[in-house]
Amino acid sequence: MPAMKFHRLVLAGATGLALCSLAAHAQLTVEITGAGANRLPVAIADFTGERIVAQALASVVRADLERSGLFRLVDAGSPLADNATPPFEDLKTRGADAVAGGNVSAAADGRYETRVRLSDVPKQAVLGNPAYLHTGAQLRATAHRIADFIYEKLTGEPGVFSTRIAYVVKSTGRYELKIADADGSNDQAALASREPIISPAWSPDGGKLAYVSFEAKKPVVYVHDLASGRRHVAANFKGSNSAPAWSPDGKQLAVVLTKDGSSQLYIVNADGSGVMRVATSSGIDTEPRWSPDGQFVYFTSDRGGSPQIYRIAISGGAASPAERVTFEGSYNVTPRPSPDGKSLAFIARNNGRFQLALMDLATKQTQILTDSAKDESPSFAPNGRMILYATEIGGRGILAAVSSDGRVKQKLSVQAADVREPAWGPLVR
Amino acid sequence: MRAPFISLSSLAALSVLLAACGSQPPAPEQSPAGVESRSPGAIKVDTAPIAQVQPEAFDPASIAALKDPRSPLSKRSIYFDYDSYVVKDEFQALLVAHGKFLAANPKMKMLIQGNADERGSREYNLALGQKRADAVRKALNLLGAKETQLEAVSLGEEKPMCTESGEECWSKNRRGDMLYSGEF
Repeated sequence: MPAMKFHRLVLAGATGLALCSLAAHAQLTVEITGAGANRLPVAIADFTGERIVAQALASVVRADLERSGLFRLVDAGSPLADNATPPFEDLKTRGADAVAGGNVSAAADGRYETRVRLSDVPKQAVLGNPAYLHTGAQLRATAHRIADFIYEKLTGEPGVFSTRIAYVVKSTGRYELKIADADGSNDQAALASREPIISPAWSPDGGKLAYVSFEAKKPVVYVHDLASGRRHVAANFKGSNSAPAWSPDGKQLAVVLTKDGSSQLYIVNADGSGVMRVATSSGIDTEPRWSPDGQFVYFTSDRGGSPQIYRIAISGGAASPAERVTFEGSYNVTPRPSPDGKSLAFIARNNGRFQLALMDLATKQTQILTDSAKDESPSFAPNGRMILYATEIGGRGILAAVSSDGRVKQKLSVQAADVREPAWGPLVR
Repeated sequence: MRAPFISLSSLAALSVLLAACGSQPPAPEQSPAGVESRSPGAIKVDTAPIAQVQPEAFDPASIAALKDPRSPLSKRSIYFDYDSYVVKDEFQALLVAHGKFLAANPKMKMLIQGNADERGSREYNLALGQKRADAVRKALNLLGAKETQLEAVSLGEEKPMCTESGEECWSKNRRGDMLYSGEF
């Protein structure tokens, strides 16, 4: 995969050195605060071959698997090459259900060839042996792909270690829209501004971010191409323009405009053309999100007297009635359908606390997933396993992630700055 | 405590305008999170210097009046109750002054920025701020400003005047700000 280039707005007058140290401090650090109940014991042996690369690869793979909360790392005892038979009896004694070994060799063009073999310990069977050709600079990316491979083989669902997240960092008088790997490393600023930036949303192909920027003293929706750093206005009508959401095919955006009065839902083409009204109410309609099948748009509305979540059929035309989805409590906002469309994450107010909730859309059963009080902006991992959200600890904005069963918990924070508005990017194909 | 321009205005006309705007009671408190102060501190006006001013000292319709601390036009903020978009009676007189100014200066434009406190969803708060800005826009429209002079937008919870958690601070953030041409 080619390295992404980001458009940076460099601080005037800052030295290169100062920028470097700033970047080092600004990185998100991930802390695991809860793990799954039945973690799968897995041994990731040290890889053989090019020693420094091999060690770095295995340690990133281990960190990825550990952070997912679904695995318990078991010491493999000794290094293991991809073409060597693992010491199954010894691994069984150590309690490992699966083992991965590998070898890194230098290829003729200066790149590395990394071969990995994953085996089932009780069955003494090979589960797969992928190979990767990569540069030294692609080391972390390669390790994330290896971890994705192991995760998918052992859990049956795609891994998200190669995905990226977007978020906004607010420091004094400065807002940065950042993009980082899912483990918080490699953070880059896509946009820096003196005015607020909110509501980043990834295009389905992962190439663009839509967001709301206040640099024009009012909210305007932009679409930002990450590879080129170029952006265009997607919605800038009289009044406020906000809450962009991509259609599953990436061709359209649902947005909230006030050009005809109060905050109402519209659809525009991603290039900003062809604005069309979606729903009509006399009050507030906002926070649209498409269902993965593209049939519905979920949104927040106060049409019933208090903010609640509704959905409207997009294919049905403007005449189709909205259907109310949440009924418990007087404040349910920020709907986020899961990637499989079966559940809905949202923020519910309970006794003055704003908490992340998850509803099974078939049974309408709702579970509160957190014990915090200022949760906002949930965003599903593209495999649906984790939900990333913003919350507050000690008056400071941090990101947190929780598994959809509420067991695995992580905290992602940046030193001396507020982090908010997370958006988990799509799977890397 | 009243702004001095009331003595310059026709009270009869004022009461007609106030009736036109409507003055509903504030919406009931819906937040179980906190008790709300009904009198935000920021409405305290600096009356002391005003008392010494000659009424003739400034022309209330002139552009200079916008920045003259003796003029009500230098006051630009309207404060709202929690989860409410109703312009409270205490701000009607201020809106009358701005509405008259806009009517007398048809080339002037105004950006009305609505704001919300920090509690809850950023995008929902953006919509709440919009309702506040809209309430100010509609009132100014009734008071003589043309629709083309006015744009109501929202900054949601993104530009708080006060960043502590607590009602005293939140009440300063539930606000509509009026900016004239050249100020935005």
